[in-house]
Amino acid sequence: MRLELVKRKERSKTMALLSPVIAIGLTALAAAIIFAVSGHNPLVGLYKFFVEPLTQQWSLQATIAKATPLVLIGCGLAVCYLSNNWNIGAEGQFVVGALFGSALPVLFPEFESGATLPLMLIFGAVGGALWALIPAVLKNWFNTNEILTSLMLVYVASLILDYLVRGPWRDPDGYNFPESRLFSDAAIVPNVFGGTMSLSTPITIVIALILAVVLAKTLKGFEIRVMGESPRAGSFAGFSAKRLTLFAFALAGGLAGLAGTMEVSGGLNQLLPTISPGYGFTAIIVAFLGRLNPIGIIIAGFVLALSYIGGEAVQSAMGVSNKIASVIQGLLLFFVLACDTLILYRIRFVSHHAPAGEASHV
Amino acid sequence: MDTLLDARGLTKRFGDILANDKVDLVINKGEIHALLGENGAGKSTLVKMFYGSLEPDGGEILWRGKQVAIGNPAAARELGIGMVFQHFSLFEALTVVENIALALPDPGKMAELAKRIESVSVDYGLPLNPADIVADLPVGIRQRIEIVRCLLQEPQLIIMDEPTSVLTPQEADLLFLTLQRLASEGCAVLYISHRLEEVKRICHHATILRHGKVVSECNPAKETPATLASMMVGADVASVSAGAQKPRIGEIRLGLSNLSAKAATPFATALNSISLELHAGEVVAIAGVAGNGQGELFDAISGEMPVAQEMIRIDGRPCGSRSITWRRRQKAAFVPEERLGHGAVPGLKLSQNIVLTRHATGDRLTGGGFVSTARANALEKHIKQEFDVRMSHDDPEARSLSGGNLQKFVVGRELDRRPAVLVVNQPTWGVDAGAAALIRQALIDLARSGSAVLVISQDLDEIFEIADRIAVISRGYLSAADPAEEMNRERVGLLMAGGAEAQGEVA
Amino acid sequence: MFEAVLLTVITAATPLLIAAVGELVVERSGVLNLGVEGMMIMGAVVGFAVANQTGSGTLGVVAAVAAGMAMSALFGFLVLFLVANQVATGLALTILGIGFSGLIGEAFIGVPGLRIPSLYIPGLSDIPFIGPVFFQQDAIVYLGFALVAAVAYTLFRTRLGLVLRAVGDNHTSAHALGYSVLKVRFLAVLFGGACAGLAGAYMSLAYTPQWVENMTAGRGWIALALVVFSSWLPLRVVAGAYLFGAVSVLNLHAQAHEMVNIPSQLLSSLPYLATILVLVLISANRRLTLVNTPACLGKPFVPDR
Repeated sequence: MRLELVKRKERSKTMALLSPVIAIGLTALAAAIIFAVSGHNPLVGLYKFFVEPLTQQWSLQATIAKATPLVLIGCGLAVCYLSNNWNIGAEGQFVVGALFGSALPVLFPEFESGATLPLMLIFGAVGGALWALIPAVLKNWFNTNEILTSLMLVYVASLILDYLVRGPWRDPDGYNFPESRLFSDAAIVPNVFGGTMSLSTPITIVIALILAVVLAKTLKGFEIRVMGESPRAGSFAGFSAKRLTLFAFALAGGLAGLAGTMEVSGGLNQLLPTISPGYGFTAIIVAFLGRLNPIGIIIAGFVLALSYIGGEAVQSAMGVSNKIASVIQGLLLFFVLACDTLILYRIRFVSHHAPAGEASHV
Repeated sequence: MDTLLDARGLTKRFGDILANDKVDLVINKGEIHALLGENGAGKSTLVKMFYGSLEPDGGEILWRGKQVAIGNPAAARELGIGMVFQHFSLFEALTVVENIALALPDPGKMAELAKRIESVSVDYGLPLNPADIVADLPVGIRQRIEIVRCLLQEPQLIIMDEPTSVLTPQEADLLFLTLQRLASEGCAVLYISHRLEEVKRICHHATILRHGKVVSECNPAKETPATLASMMVGADVASVSAGAQKPRIGEIRLGLSNLSAKAATPFATALNSISLELHAGEVVAIAGVAGNGQGELFDAISGEMPVAQEMIRIDGRPCGSRSITWRRRQKAAFVPEERLGHGAVPGLKLSQNIVLTRHATGDRLTGGGFVSTARANALEKHIKQEFDVRMSHDDPEARSLSGGNLQKFVVGRELDRRPAVLVVNQPTWGVDAGAAALIRQALIDLARSGSAVLVISQDLDEIFEIADRIAVISRGYLSAADPAEEMNRERVGLLMAGGAEAQGEVA
Repeated sequence: MFEAVLLTVITAATPLLIAAVGELVVERSGVLNLGVEGMMIMGAVVGFAVANQTGSGTLGVVAAVAAGMAMSALFGFLVLFLVANQVATGLALTILGIGFSGLIGEAFIGVPGLRIPSLYIPGLSDIPFIGPVFFQQDAIVYLGFALVAAVAYTLFRTRLGLVLRAVGDNHTSAHALGYSVLKVRFLAVLFGGACAGLAGAYMSLAYTPQWVENMTAGRGWIALALVVFSSWLPLRVVAGAYLFGAVSVLNLHAQAHEMVNIPSQLLSSLPYLATILVLVLISANRRLTLVNTPACLGKPFVPDR
């Protein structure tokens, strides 16, 4: 028996909606197998991992808090991937954004006013965008592969962060711990809805909705889709690939930088040698699971955030390592990509024998 | 006569489409056998089954009287079946000898193979240098590699798919000599072509396919191109009328002066001081063998490849470094060679593909940065009716249309704007006869209504059918555009083979 | 001192060399596998774990190679038979590899490791200077050189290599001539996986014989950059790997000898910055990159039958 792909005449709308769902189902199945192999009851494992966090208010809040940066970064990455710009350095853009955003409360702790937080958010977005523009400019000017350069800059960014918190930005009253001073109240993102949710979350949702409209309804969104699918047709339409590369990277970097600033000034309230549990990489999965569509990304961000909380949950309840979360995240992306095949192809199983002599000629 | 290949009831299905429906075909030794049919009639599918690259769903193939299953091309070559592909099966990064070695079951030492290549190629009048890298060679030489590759396998049947479409008339004559020599040596040739003149000239027998079925067989020497064409199409082919009246030549609408551009990549062609004046009311055609700078010239005129400002003028306004959008706003319109992926985005609906070229030309398709879906849909319906674009359901993705229908759409999208200047590259390449006639007529009508039309084409029949003046492009040089009645195939052929270059250098 | 530096350069360069030469074969066949980092880290953790459990370095290396191949088979199935996007699938492979290695390796953090022994080539290893540097290395170092030589020979002197280059240059033509494009590519992908697994084993069994989470620290990505640097020519990979090996040990030696008063983070970032610099210099030469890049690199292929 042999597997054969038959190209569909047009993309299947049903499969476009169904493929992430199938992928999540397959991931749950794979997770169950992992639980079983490691000697745990798979059903209990799945329940603790995927369901229980949704039943308690604190864990639901924690999930939303984790989903927020994932969605924000994922939205920016979606614009990159739709336009065929392979930015995989969001993690670095997140860090540099956090550094720019933190410059104000760390270097000028006395500056406390209503303008402090808005300025920080702007700085953060600008910092992330500038960092993201490095691979974009190198791509435009020197034809350099943006995948590799954007990734290399992740390592550089975390080393800069490390240097700053151990060196010039170390808290003078911090007993030599590698951390910056704590932010003043004016530099902290406030909570809303009776303190249950950080202001970051509604900001993120509004940005995602705006982006959804831009992508679906405007000429800019049209340009992004055309350039991604067929750059040659895009230049025939009069769009500039280089300008779009700058735009996509700057937008993705800006959103990642904003997320970085909101993370340090919303949860951590200071800079530490590590400020992200890999949000920039997990957001890649979020973007694909969300079908590169901001609305889908909101849902996907929640699913991936759940995997972080679920990982903690199975660790404390069952003694399974929380590393299982990143395994499940990786598997999820694999299944998403595999299921996406169904959108453009029909899979057919051919049962009859392979033609004679097929193997004779490798 | 000895029967070499006898195909009985061959059937091949792709999804819902029956590409070959119980096809019978007999090829005898020493016979040049033409396989005729429109695009999509199933010719390529049939020969791919003979060559083992497709597997039949039904029917049988008898080779010298014995039933055979041709599992893959290697098996076909072992039987003695060779193939020269239309889109060559060559590897650009490899040398001539490496390319040939890949098709031989036991090529032996490279140095010895190189010697054999040299002797066989010289023997057949198709000299080759085995150490050349294919990427550096012109199309005519590339075809030689394909043919020599076949000859080295000492085949009894050679399948040739549209071999002359990439040759100058003189090169084609040379090929015919080779084919006749092969036939006299007892080798059979299955010859696919849409050039009915040459089929009549060299083929002993013809089988005609329509919609996957054999509809008739004949001796082409006893037919005329017109009767052959009507057998292919199943009806009389509409002829294009250039209008009784000669064009009323108006002012210059498109001017190229000393247009030059360096090759952007190692595989591109440089443009060398091309000059041409295109007047209102006329159709000017640029002939040439593929890969002689047609694509680069098109990109320069459309604005996808910027050049110096003064090199291009539209209605007198210099615009060599202006954007394609600026030129469209000057009422210029462009139809590129590649329909899918250049002229249209495969995965976008037709209505969205209208936005592609018309978002900035005052068609009210955009407002405040937003795209008007309603307006795009209305335009799509209009163009669909006007140009008889047929589709299975409303507003499908561009990739689902057949070549002819998509080409009618892409041309219609631009004609609908009533452009002052229209530049179109290969307007009917790979398009069925009905659509081709419709498109050619529309181009002539546009010119007669006062626009200037520039047609870049490899199809000499098409060029002589519609052009008022003809120029030839060769290695990035353009010959002078002379009135069509002063040109003939021989002259065009000489210009294609490098005469244009000499003329361009003098100019 | 110079001898010691050279020795560390060799150990630093070897994993890069092996991973890059494997990826070079993959890319020559027309497939871009960005998952080198993921396959390498899996090789590192599996190699360490098996060596630790069995007490045999050789078994560890074999297991690491198998782990790399298993990962690459997963990748190959997705991109070749399901036509998944190669860039995204490669990323997925890296994410999965980092996650899985963390899970497997959790039990081995802080466990003392096993170092595969050096081979003393009799006679030659006694030569002063040259002997210790070139003839007292462990088997994987020699294997690395042998791999490069074998790949260079196979690619340009054998029919197998010719077919591989043909498939990477034009899959449509290769298919038309009757070569099984997907089979050739799948085998190339497996070879790349085996090399990445071996490179990973070298990290955890020779370079720093222990398991540390994320211990490959981007070397898989640098190996990818080396393939671009080499313009897909195996012998140039050696030069690139040694250049990067030198840059990364510069850091260690500079810190150890307090030769300079610059922040350690700057020194640590040198390999990454050097990668960017090298990519810029190589890519800026459009002619060179365009001529040598396998023409079908990263493009999907669906055979018709």
